Amino acid sequence: MPEVLTIDVPETGSSGAPSASKVDRARRHITTLAVENMHCGGCIRSVERALMQLPDVVSARANLSQRRVTIETRDEAPIKEPYIAALAASGFKATELVHEKPDAAKADDADLLRRLGVAGFAATNIMLMSVAVWSGQAQDMPASLVTLFHWLSALIAIPAVAYAGRPFFASARGALAAGRLNMDVPISLGVLLATGMSLYQTARGLDHVYFDAAVTLLFFLLIGRALDQRVRSRATAAAQNLLGARVAAATVLNADGTADRIATRAIEPGMRLLVAAGERIPVDARLVTGDTEIDESLITGESRPRHVFAGDVLYAGTVNLAGAVEVEASAREDGSLISEIVRMMAAAEQGRGRFVRLADRAAGLYAPFVHVLGFSTFAIWMLRGNHWEPSLEAAIAVLIITCPCALALAVPITQVVAAGRLYRKGIIVKAPDGLERLAAVDTVVLDKTGTLTLGEPRLIDAASVPDHRLSLAASLAVASRHPYARAVVKAAEERGLRVVPAREVTETTGAGLTATIDGATVRLGSARHCELPPADGASATLWLCDGREPPLAFTFADPIRSDARETIDALSARGLAVEIVSGDRPDAVEEAARAVGVGAWRASQRPDEKIARISTLKAQGRRALMVGDGLNDAPALAAGHASMSPSSAADISQTAADAVFQGERLGAVVEVLDVARAAQRRSIENFAIAIGYNVVFVPLAMMGLVTPLIAAIAMSASSIAVTANALRLALPRSGGTMS
Amino acid sequence: MTALAWLIPCALALGALGLAAFMWCLRTGQYDDLDGAAWRALDDGDGKPSPPKET
Repeated sequence: MPEVLTIDVPETGSSGAPSASKVDRARRHITTLAVENMHCGGCIRSVERALMQLPDVVSARANLSQRRVTIETRDEAPIKEPYIAALAASGFKATELVHEKPDAAKADDADLLRRLGVAGFAATNIMLMSVAVWSGQAQDMPASLVTLFHWLSALIAIPAVAYAGRPFFASARGALAAGRLNMDVPISLGVLLATGMSLYQTARGLDHVYFDAAVTLLFFLLIGRALDQRVRSRATAAAQNLLGARVAAATVLNADGTADRIATRAIEPGMRLLVAAGERIPVDARLVTGDTEIDESLITGESRPRHVFAGDVLYAGTVNLAGAVEVEASAREDGSLISEIVRMMAAAEQGRGRFVRLADRAAGLYAPFVHVLGFSTFAIWMLRGNHWEPSLEAAIAVLIITCPCALALAVPITQVVAAGRLYRKGIIVKAPDGLERLAAVDTVVLDKTGTLTLGEPRLIDAASVPDHRLSLAASLAVASRHPYARAVVKAAEERGLRVVPAREVTETTGAGLTATIDGATVRLGSARHCELPPADGASATLWLCDGREPPLAFTFADPIRSDARETIDALSARGLAVEIVSGDRPDAVEEAARAVGVGAWRASQRPDEKIARISTLKAQGRRALMVGDGLNDAPALAAGHASMSPSSAADISQTAADAVFQGERLGAVVEVLDVARAAQRRSIENFAIAIGYNVVFVPLAMMGLVTPLIAAIAMSASSIAVTANALRLALPRSGGTMS
Repeated sequence: MTALAWLIPCALALGALGLAAFMWCLRTGQYDDLDGAAWRALDDGDGKPSPPKET
């Protein structure tokens, strides 16, 4: 059957993996979308089915682990809207990926797994022969057979070490070239010396053959490495999916009146762009005609929308709330306000200094120590009048025993378990050293808008509004993108009211909505819009008038996250200092600070002032965790000792943050800090276990009592001990935070 | 002891077979979506062949 479909045999001659579809492979085009709410097997099918119904789709394959779908299309037509629309019709929220380049991380994953496979093959087969030799020593195994087994082991081990050990050798060489020591230096030295000495001993027909130890060591280490890599690529993919929800394309208006969808980075100054209601402004631009309301909370932290008119400047990343508007781009993507923020971020990151990971710090002490130990063993043996050969044997045995297999395995496993536990809670730890930095934090600096609060207004006096009036207001409000109008609709839906959209609603930007229902004019908007006397000060109010009942006021506020107070208390209980640094007005910040019980707050802070605050804290010897969401927080996020963002944050802030949390709970901050500290404790315990094991076995090695059998047992036992200790992190603690 | 002459090659060949199978799995993306694969095994489909696509 597929042969019939093969019309156009590709002439590109690419020797790719055999594909399910042979249709015109030369011209096929592959698109990947992130699908947010794909959770189960049924979803996979619905997603694939919805896409397969489109005419030009050849195949669609959903990936549940990554929450992505790969679409193969017949033509080179990378317009993704039809796919997104088709998925939306089936109830799935799909987004474009920002950087849709082939995954380098995925290639690294596969490369490590290949090396792991080879090491595993070699380790099992060599162990098969080593066990025969060890048990043969108790019986009467002919020496010729022992030598044969040793040669066979060498034959397997040498290519396996050369191939599987390359990541460690490369890293060790890099560190040495830079004049540093890392964990890979003693590892490489141990493995290479063990292999070299075993080869020499095999050739001489002697007993000290450590091929099994060398290869098993690499096998264990590669497991740690592969797990580490996997967590990292999963975090990267998840972070990319989240960013996909941000603006990546814009509608450009051509001179002939047609419209095209182009990538944001292709926008040139002077282009006319159409920004629909609810869309983000893609680059810094000037409003050409009309007026609209702009939500600038991501830039300034100010939660109230700004009313803008023709000629006003709009900043990239802000949201257009009222109708569709035409704007003229005044900068490229990389020349927008964002670029200024990026420049500050780069400067801030330099100021942060280089953080040395725990394992590398340990390596800095451990590596010289074991090298000195190995050398002094050799020296002592020589001084006591031994021949150089047994002296060198003892020295190499010391290096093999001290090879930090347990250490190199323990830290990645701890990280994997900790990151996996947070991942299940919707928290993505992106930075490889993020957990370690989070564990050291002693001060928490919170932004207000969007971090302490939800970043969107909610109706606060909903309870006092009767059902029929709320439902009337919602039927008008559903026509608008204004945050207050959305809040009204949300309140109605939360109460279980059915929202019937009113017909022919007219929206007056900056004023309100008007509609005619059952012959009566109904208005929802500002006091002036409803022809009422201006209310006293409170502008966060909408009025509803229908000419029959007395006008009714709806009051809005950006609510504090429901668990904010609890979170602050939990942070204080853990001995952390908490303060609020916001770009919003002092009265709003003070109110929020009082509501959550934080004494230290600063308002009207510009991005550079936020950095200055972080620097001051640093100068006082404090390690600050910055939690923020806005563009104005991005430099401070980069400057903080560690940083977190909600997933509703601006893309640049998410990129700067070490961890991103999803959902409405601020408690994620506590969760992250708890897990990071627990992981740190486990890592330190693991170092203690590894050192304890060395204290027992190193003297034996120095005395020349270590045989290949003892080396194999000691190595495996210590690795299993640290792995088991690391896995304790996955256990639910009594009364802990696991749900 | 002569049994070793064919037992050892046998053991090595079986090991190599396992390694080759692992490499094949990796290359064809069998480990790309472990969560999805678990669900796909339970999917009965609708019992009908998928409609042939026009080319």
